[in-house]
Amino acid sequence: MSSHSNTLDHAHGHEEEDPLAHASLHGYLLGFVLAAILTAIPFFIVMGNLIASSRVTGLVLLILAAIQMVVHVIYFLHMDFRSEDGWNMLSLMFMLVLVIITLSGSIWIMYHLDHNMMPMSPGEMRTMP
Amino acid sequence: MSELTASAPNGDAGRQFYLTTEHHVKNGTMLGFWVYLMSDCLIFACLFAMYGVLGRSYAGGPTGAELFDLPLVAVNTSLLLFSSITYGFALLQARKGRVGPMLLGWLAVTGLLGAGFLALELTEFVNLIHEGAGPQRSAFLSSFFTLVGTHGLHVTFGIVWLVVLMVQIVKHGLTIPNKRRLMCLSMFWHFLDVIWIGVFTVVYLMGVLP
Repeated sequence: MSSHSNTLDHAHGHEEEDPLAHASLHGYLLGFVLAAILTAIPFFIVMGNLIASSRVTGLVLLILAAIQMVVHVIYFLHMDFRSEDGWNMLSLMFMLVLVIITLSGSIWIMYHLDHNMMPMSPGEMRTMP
Repeated sequence: MSELTASAPNGDAGRQFYLTTEHHVKNGTMLGFWVYLMSDCLIFACLFAMYGVLGRSYAGGPTGAELFDLPLVAVNTSLLLFSSITYGFALLQARKGRVGPMLLGWLAVTGLLGAGFLALELTEFVNLIHEGAGPQRSAFLSSFFTLVGTHGLHVTFGIVWLVVLMVQIVKHGLTIPNKRRLMCLSMFWHFLDVIWIGVFTVVYLMGVLP
């Protein structure tokens, strides 16, 4: 290693910090209570038939699931904009973009493909693989 | 190490445009493991997309509303959620730096909750197959078994990892590598819980909607 680069190394620090530094009882308990509430609500909605329209129910369920995922990522996975110099967040964003393209693209395209197929009776369907 | 420093044309030695050394991220293992989790997430995204496309193709067979037992799914969900918090308690014990019965106890409880989750899921699978609703019955059931089964497989490997890690901690104590492994498993375990949120919402709860 060349001599003049050593200062940079020291600035970044090669020594490993304690991997467990992020955990806190407060964070876990808060995350757990939020997650429990956000889990209970969708089960309550579906098992109690609270909303008549299944389209609205589905939308509400998806929103609650998204909120709960964010809660888990923040309180259990200890994600924020600063962890690992932002590389965590960068890879998370990249993954989210890919996931959104995969999910919305597949469902959109296959829905239209399904629409344009020949109609089939339930009797014919039984003989299909 | 390569000397890629591009100094300014007037020879201003104080200004550097490139790092002359490799960028060294602190806790590189954590970042690497995180990237693995993100790629694992893509696998699940593909499986979710498949379920989203095929989830209503019953082929004249049983529907989700007829098959799914929501109270059982609620129990399963709470088992996994409780195992998340008990793993958190284990981490907090590990942070104190002592290998005591508390740390191993919380890890064991986490493992048992995970095993309970798996047992319930396998019971559900066996019941479905006995009712003639196996993976070969319809596209809906194929995608259901693939998605939920992949998640269950991840939980299985998580439990194996947990047991191995407990042995390592007993043998070598809470060394820095063991703490790192503990943290990686924590990320893996909580990640599985995040995926399960998607599973119980999209597969079970939305599956029983008319």
